[in-house]
Amino acid sequence: MTRYLGAFALTVALLRACPALAQNQDPRIAKKNASVYAELANAPGKARSKRNPLDNDSNAVAAGRNLFAQRCAECHGYAATGGKKGPSLRVEEVQNAEPGAIFWILTNGVVRRGMPVWSKLPEPQRWQLVSFIKSLGVAPASAENTAPNP
Amino acid sequence: MFFRFALASLLCAFLALFFSCPVRSQESPYIVAYDHYLEEPGNLEVEYFSTFGTQRAGNDFHAYWLEFEYGVKAWWTTEFYLEGQTTFQDSTIFTGFRWENRIRPLKREHFINPILYFEYENKNGADKILKEGEGHDVEADFLTPNAEARKEHIHEIELKLIVSSTLKGWNFTENTLAAKNLSNSPWEFGYALGASRPLALKASPQPCTLCRQNFAAGVEMYGGLGDRHHFGLHDTSHYAAPVLAWNLPSGWTLRLSPGFGLNDNSHRFLLRWGVSREFSGFGEMVSRWFGGRR
Repeated sequence: MTRYLGAFALTVALLRACPALAQNQDPRIAKKNASVYAELANAPGKARSKRNPLDNDSNAVAAGRNLFAQRCAECHGYAATGGKKGPSLRVEEVQNAEPGAIFWILTNGVVRRGMPVWSKLPEPQRWQLVSFIKSLGVAPASAENTAPNP
Repeated sequence: MFFRFALASLLCAFLALFFSCPVRSQESPYIVAYDHYLEEPGNLEVEYFSTFGTQRAGNDFHAYWLEFEYGVKAWWTTEFYLEGQTTFQDSTIFTGFRWENRIRPLKREHFINPILYFEYENKNGADKILKEGEGHDVEADFLTPNAEARKEHIHEIELKLIVSSTLKGWNFTENTLAAKNLSNSPWEFGYALGASRPLALKASPQPCTLCRQNFAAGVEMYGGLGDRHHFGLHDTSHYAAPVLAWNLPSGWTLRLSPGFGLNDNSHRFLLRWGVSREFSGFGEMVSRWFGGRR
């Protein structure tokens, strides 16, 4: 019986562990985040100058929001204000970046810093993500990591 | 008693994983071929696959394997396999395990993206999962009864060079394989080719289950290329297989692939299917168990 209680305790510990992981903030990642932001500056001029072909698509932000919740929120947080694994996207470095530079980062990732390549998403979906990210704006300093409005 | 405890713990751990942290995955439809996309770092993907195969002059079979795929880094994915098979009117047996690693040497996306693959296999001669085509493997090799085939122990290393491109929503991949049975057998060679595309390139503004963006379809082809002494297509088997994947918003991915033998050395028909689910935060969770921080 004790053994089964042990197994049950392990289950509870696992169930508790996952939500906790998403909430924790670790100050040590600030340095890592800075190096990720710096990658935006490495986007080649040709990539940087690309215009978002979905700029006039009224559905792009809504579709990008769904994609963000499914693919990106796990690391960057549901409000894009940063999570344990990924930096905030609602900072000036990102919000002031050209759409082409953000698209370039999505395509190439920052593989050595933990950001995977997302070229497995078709180009239009990456541009939908860019539309959503750019629609967020810079977060106030006290922004909490809550889900954005649908 | 310890075994029962371990089993109960494992079962509970899986239940906990399955009901706690699913992640929406974007899986390719391939079952044999690999593209250049690796597992997201810290995530664990648990996959089950089946292969039903017809056998001329013998009993049909159902082979299956369980995969645990973990993203160690954004540039390194490791996988552990457990595999078994049932040969109808014969028996059901465990056939061995595999440990594979895929490494992305280039840090950015290019027109052609290479991935280096290294695998160690510890299996017996009754292995029928047909995870790759290699050497002079032919249908007649599968006629040996399980009781006899399982006596052969195979320790094998397998190297692959995966080159993959993504262009306008299409993925094209080519895998070149070299395998060496460590018991003094010659190097054997094989290949796998694949092409696939999501059914829609734009995402829907509304969350949906059945919309086209959640489906990817394609085709893969694979087979053996002989060995170091007899390189080429002589006495080799080859297959072509349409592939279809359905990435559900709940985090599950379903795959289906009917495969067709292309010559007389091949099984006439293979039906493969698989189900997988990806979980986030696995690495951090394990790290915490051991008092570590990421």
